[in-house]
Amino acid sequence: MSFAKIPKPDQLIKIRYAPPETAWMNTPVDFRPGTWSYSGAAKNLTYLDLPNPRAWQPADEDWKLPDNWQAIILNGMKERLEKHRSFRLFMDVCVRCGACADKCHFYIGSGDPKNMPVLRAELLRSVYRRYFTTSGKVFGKLAGARDLTVDVLKEWFYYFYQCTECRRCSVFCPFGIDQAEITMMGRELLNLVGCNINWVIEPAANCFRTGNHLGIQPGGIKDMLEFMADDIEDRTGIRVNVPINKKGADILFVTPSGDYFADPGTFTCMGYLMLFHEIGLNYTFSTYASEGGNFGLFTSAEMVKRLNAKIYAEAKRLGVKWILGGECGHMWRVIHQYMDTMNGPADFLQEPISPITGTRFENARATKMVHITEFTADLIRNGKLKLDPQRNDHIRLTFHDSCNPARAMGLFEEPRYIIQKTCNHFFEMAEDTIREKTLCCGAGAGLGNDENMEMRMRGGMPRAMAVKKVVEKHDVNRLGCICAIDRATLTSLMDYWVPGVTVMGVHELLANALVMTGEKERTTDLRGDNI
Amino acid sequence: MKNISISLIAVLILAALPTGLSTLGLSGLITNILPYVAIAVFLIGFVFRILLWAKSPVPFRIPTTCGQGKSLPWIKSNPVESPAGYWGVIARMAQEIFLFRSLFRNTDVAIVDGRPVYGSAKWLWFCGLLFHWSLLIIVLRHLRFFVEPIAPWIGALSALDGFFEIGIPTLYLSDAAILVGLTFLFLRRVVVPQVRYISLFTDYFSLLLIAGVVSTGLLMRHFSPADLNAVKTMAMGWVTFSPVVPQGINPVFYIHLCFVFVLLAWFPASKLMHAGGVFLSPTRNLANDSRMRRHINPWNAPVKVHTYEEYEDEFRDKMKASGLPVEKE
Repeated sequence: MSFAKIPKPDQLIKIRYAPPETAWMNTPVDFRPGTWSYSGAAKNLTYLDLPNPRAWQPADEDWKLPDNWQAIILNGMKERLEKHRSFRLFMDVCVRCGACADKCHFYIGSGDPKNMPVLRAELLRSVYRRYFTTSGKVFGKLAGARDLTVDVLKEWFYYFYQCTECRRCSVFCPFGIDQAEITMMGRELLNLVGCNINWVIEPAANCFRTGNHLGIQPGGIKDMLEFMADDIEDRTGIRVNVPINKKGADILFVTPSGDYFADPGTFTCMGYLMLFHEIGLNYTFSTYASEGGNFGLFTSAEMVKRLNAKIYAEAKRLGVKWILGGECGHMWRVIHQYMDTMNGPADFLQEPISPITGTRFENARATKMVHITEFTADLIRNGKLKLDPQRNDHIRLTFHDSCNPARAMGLFEEPRYIIQKTCNHFFEMAEDTIREKTLCCGAGAGLGNDENMEMRMRGGMPRAMAVKKVVEKHDVNRLGCICAIDRATLTSLMDYWVPGVTVMGVHELLANALVMTGEKERTTDLRGDNI
Repeated sequence: MKNISISLIAVLILAALPTGLSTLGLSGLITNILPYVAIAVFLIGFVFRILLWAKSPVPFRIPTTCGQGKSLPWIKSNPVESPAGYWGVIARMAQEIFLFRSLFRNTDVAIVDGRPVYGSAKWLWFCGLLFHWSLLIIVLRHLRFFVEPIAPWIGALSALDGFFEIGIPTLYLSDAAILVGLTFLFLRRVVVPQVRYISLFTDYFSLLLIAGVVSTGLLMRHFSPADLNAVKTMAMGWVTFSPVVPQGINPVFYIHLCFVFVLLAWFPASKLMHAGGVFLSPTRNLANDSRMRRHINPWNAPVKVHTYEEYEDEFRDKMKASGLPVEKE
């Protein structure tokens, strides 16, 4: 990861919160390198049947929009106002109290007032007022309304791709206005005229075709998992099974492809393999449904459904009883809040019951998909795992609550329970920065690309600084999380702001501590570091 | 600054309106016609806006969870901040509406020694709560003009509100509180650069209009009393649909009336509708139970998917070469 093109941390931290002299409607957007993402490539749009595939870049003067682009956007807006109460309501009820303003990590990190959630929403509201409210039609600017111009569209693009849909603002809003909803609508509208980013659209196209974001083909998945099994054998002396596309398994296991693609996610994936082997779980991976994540969430509700459909379809084909899901953030937003509604009912599956403990996961009785930390916490609670937390004594851990499991699921205690049982040195970050107030990694929702590096480091700064505090106070050297995007993006973030801190999934921590039947004496952790 | 000036001018024009009308001999407009128009616009507009929101469905169950959700039985969940059912949602909404729970979380941020520091910022919550509660009490107290005999609870409320018996006539605590609340909210909007930057005309106008109502009310109670019997006769006239044109009431009273009616008529078209909207917010009024109970999206439609068959057709040879099972040889 190269930070050569962006300012050094001591420069970047000099943030001015004073707004500019010019009113926001008269302040044009500046596509400064390092703060935006490349456009979606035509081949990916074509593969997904998305409109207006073409060669263009956001910094271009001419975005090659269709002639009737305004009508397309306004019709799209009308349709969405009628389909989503959240959208219509959030366009109307904001009182601009500003409570959300300094809750956004992008505002805290950039000082750009259009990164205040309230103003990011006003970018869209101003157009809504102009075309959909009487006061806006009559009084125009006085009523906070403005025409939909190309400059407005460019502003939407810039700022709706500077929001990670983390929902932190909605925790503080007295009306629960959720910028994620507004960003989602904004991005859907931009997609109608072919304005999207490649770091979202390429994974979506890959996922549609190959089953996962990274475009890994069936043989590749098998090789990667086998390679991990080799590593596990090397560390523990035990050869774990890697069941793939196995009919008759009890459980389908779905995890984000980031977990089997690159470090440090692979160590988390090794953790799953070791755990499932040790408890003798009759499960299977799938190559067709080889992605838990869902970049449709950063495109449109329709795309969420198109990509998510594979999970139930594959569970049905393989004849499993229920589904278990790995550590991932936005994946769990989709599974917890969208999957059953979109692609259910999953009446061909059974209510999830742990085959090891007999625990009935009543909280998942309709969707029939259980979070891996729920599953593992239940195993530990019932004494089914032999754990030696001393093997993690070289790790001084803090834990980052990933945005979506925190604010769209309320999953706080399960990972902490696992951590407490597997690690002797655990230190929480400041209260304002964890649990429902957790700060984003700054690169979710499709923004974790290299060209957007400055904005990522700005957006991730509040999280990084909270880590820095526990590093100084408690010598923390490891940042735990339950999200594949975190494992990739927090790694860069730490390298930039808090060098020396590395990132891990909770199941890597678990696997280090897991005493496996018949294992050889462990001298290293999963990474090969001495313990 | 332009938005502030225009709002101020608009409110001043409204203040001059009653005097203007009475010079033209049209004060009956304010006492006999405007009340009905304003109330009608308010009621119809309010209901219309609520119905418009309600007409759009809630396709997905999207509560913002601010506490541990209900999962394993031995994990303590937070039934209010992450409600799993009906009662939890009611408790959460009650907290939000009566106590401004979310605003209570408010913090501010400053970069100190090269890092962001979060400080407590409860003033917005406190003054917001002060303003809204006193407004409610003041409205309820005014019911004394519309019922005869005055219901005992209205008298009790007024007595409680004037409990400290400061001055003659007694200063109502709610009057003092609303002044503090309004002043804070207005000054914050004008003084804090970030809040001024996001403020629209409507934000200033709403505050100034309410400030106009409050100040004319206080003026009449403490400095330039209006003939309360005449006011009551007139109010009862409205209620019984036999409006009378009162004689000799303090001119300030007409300004007060004018502000109130404009406020009522303006309400449904403005951001003040947050009063109704807050009840419909899907991030607050839904239970966090979407894996437990299926939520139905009324417009859920089939989409184009990539089926397993299509997938296997493309990758069959590679799957076989890797020893992965296939459906068709």
